[in-house]
Amino acid sequence: MNATPQLRRPDETGVPDPFPYMHPKLRENYGNWAWHDRPRPGVLHHVSKSGDEVWTVRAGTQRQMDVYTIRLLADIADKFAEGHVRFTTRSNIEFMVSSFAKVQPLIDALQSNGFPVGGTGNSVSMISHTQGWLHCDIPGTDASGVVKSLMDMMHHEFVVEEMPNRVRITTSCCQINCGGQGDISINVQYTKPPKINHDLVSKVCERPAVVARCPVAAIRPAMVNGVPSLEVDEKKCVCCGACYPPCPPMQINGADSTKIAIWVGGKHSNARSKPTFHKLVVANLPNNAPRWPEVEDVVRKILYAYKENGRDFERLGEWIERIGWPRFFELCGFAFTKHHLDTWTGARKTMNMSAHVHF
Amino acid sequence: MSHDEGKGAKAHHPTPLLDQLETGPWPSFVTGLKRLRDSGDKQYAPMMNDLLGQLEHSYENRLGYWKGGTVSVYGYGGGVIPRFSEVADKFPASKEFHTLRVQPPAGYHYSTDVLRQLCDIWERHGSGLIAFHGQSGDIMFQGCTTENVQKAFDELNEIGFDLGGAGPAMRTSMSCVGHARCEMSCYDEVKAHRTVLNEFLDEMHRPALPYKFKFKFSGCGNDCVNAIHRADFAVIGTWRDDMKVNQEEVKKYVAKQGRKYTIDHVIAMCPTRALSLNDDDTLDVDNKSCVRCMHCLNVMNKALAPGDDRGASILIGGKRALKIGDLMGTMIIPFIKLDTDEDYEKLVALARRMIDFFADNALEHERIGETIDRIGLPAFLEAMEIEPDPNMVNHPRTSCYVRTDDFTDEAEKYFERKAREAGLDVAAD
Repeated sequence: MNATPQLRRPDETGVPDPFPYMHPKLRENYGNWAWHDRPRPGVLHHVSKSGDEVWTVRAGTQRQMDVYTIRLLADIADKFAEGHVRFTTRSNIEFMVSSFAKVQPLIDALQSNGFPVGGTGNSVSMISHTQGWLHCDIPGTDASGVVKSLMDMMHHEFVVEEMPNRVRITTSCCQINCGGQGDISINVQYTKPPKINHDLVSKVCERPAVVARCPVAAIRPAMVNGVPSLEVDEKKCVCCGACYPPCPPMQINGADSTKIAIWVGGKHSNARSKPTFHKLVVANLPNNAPRWPEVEDVVRKILYAYKENGRDFERLGEWIERIGWPRFFELCGFAFTKHHLDTWTGARKTMNMSAHVHF
Repeated sequence: MSHDEGKGAKAHHPTPLLDQLETGPWPSFVTGLKRLRDSGDKQYAPMMNDLLGQLEHSYENRLGYWKGGTVSVYGYGGGVIPRFSEVADKFPASKEFHTLRVQPPAGYHYSTDVLRQLCDIWERHGSGLIAFHGQSGDIMFQGCTTENVQKAFDELNEIGFDLGGAGPAMRTSMSCVGHARCEMSCYDEVKAHRTVLNEFLDEMHRPALPYKFKFKFSGCGNDCVNAIHRADFAVIGTWRDDMKVNQEEVKKYVAKQGRKYTIDHVIAMCPTRALSLNDDDTLDVDNKSCVRCMHCLNVMNKALAPGDDRGASILIGGKRALKIGDLMGTMIIPFIKLDTDEDYEKLVALARRMIDFFADNALEHERIGETIDRIGLPAFLEAMEIEPDPNMVNHPRTSCYVRTDDFTDEAEKYFERKAREAGLDVAAD
């Protein structure tokens, strides 16, 4: 009898317990912290009700890390910190130490190895981003490259705290927008309906599911060249790409038709104003790999208009709320077009239903 | 394989476009990919050479070249993101480049030992490329052949790591740093995250829901894990009693920053005008007007703190554009206590009711926020056995298109409920 390889049954352990990995000071003071301050950009100082203190040094990473980079960070954590790290939701790495004397040598070690120290308080933190050409099956661009280009441009704003409030930037490689909402969001925006490979549709797509996926009911079953396929009413199509994941023969990406749009004013926090969605400001920027200079230019304009004009603690969207959209478009030098007028469900609620006008 | 064969078997693909991403002050992922390519003694070096070739090809043509498929591990249906190259004829060594989504420790804590163990496993079986972390919260082990997926998973699982969610399933969750290092934290995020998620591992590992379902846990309204936007089920820490005010620290803050600055940046920025600065530079707080937005606590960190009667609010239905448009989570449970084990069991029971409702009632590829939009909030609340609460709305309805002939009965129920909450006798009982 042939020996079939014995397959190992998974141990369904679920979410790992973090306490064995947690810095001892954090473990000992779990749920018992009193206050914190920031002695310098990139450094947090937390004080417990017991009087214990811990300093955290935050550094930027490239998120997609090779094992050599991770081991280097681990070596730094062992030699200059205390063997424990954590990551933030924006892929920054944090090193905890129990004495202030260890802070500067740790910062020096990180900086000399090319890791920027910052991302705290009212700085520009690391861009949260998606997979892109490196790994996604439907990407319009390469988020890692866009992020590297933008973080190079904004490096200074990461290592200092000079913005009115924190700036959270996101990028997404398609309109599904896995990168999420941001003060500034750099998202792929398709500009043409899908190009359909009719030979493949019936072989690889579940047609009713694809029809159901379209948010504007622009897709219908059709016989094309004698084979069952799908057709798109191009007058209705909003070029969102929702049909592409369930039906790859409906190619939404094109070397020239995949563009980039910039959105502003998304906010997750409940501080002061309620959370908000980001709003369109510029569309149709070229997907200009490897450095996306046109995107960089628009982001720089928004960032520095905010930096120069925002008041302390105003998030980017709150700043625009105060000065008004006319002033924002004027300060940034952007065009206001019919495409800025929402047409989706609930659009009327985005209109100015008052006599309030900015001049 | 000799060192020479590993290195010399195939010349490096030229990468003139990617090379331009190696300059500048930010750490370069391209430099990292090249380090893996140049590790001639490692099994992944040829794979990473071809991976760089394919990525350069994408940069040249501005198109992606991966397609999905079906790859899993024994006993599970999800958790692996299969990637097969569409240009494998040009780049054969990276023709299979799957990702293992692996759940991180709650709060993203790691010892250097465990980081090294993760690296060693991925060096033996994968590409050597790991992302900390993906947008759902997973550690993403990117780049694995079909054959090695099981081996990599077995070793990761042996040291206590488990696969995360993918497809129409319970997804990997995130929790903020919370209790571990934050004075704003209003409940035990690690406990909530692990207690809830570990209850739904079957739904995570064997995708059978109408669509994805995400939990996220933030310890306060600052919502550092972006739960309201991104989670079907957002747990946001809050408190019911008065915020704590240390008036001596308030005075110190005013003395340091100035009265005008304090008024402009703390008092005037309160969204519900709940703050007032007294003539002696102490602070008045109208706690009944306060909405726990966190602004003044963030700014006057030493002076102000959450109250003692802590717990969480639960918002349901956050998601991005597909299909009906962006939705934020909306307030469903204004307050749930999260102190005792029984409190956490109640949270799990609520989550279970919601998942069961979602599984039974959502259409295929419909998120729960869309289901609520389709059936209306009253029907959803009735199914969940949750009573309406004015905290659920910005304001009551403005449309008159509603049938109200049972309004009086509903009002009666409301007053009875309020009387019970106040501990009074209710005639109907």
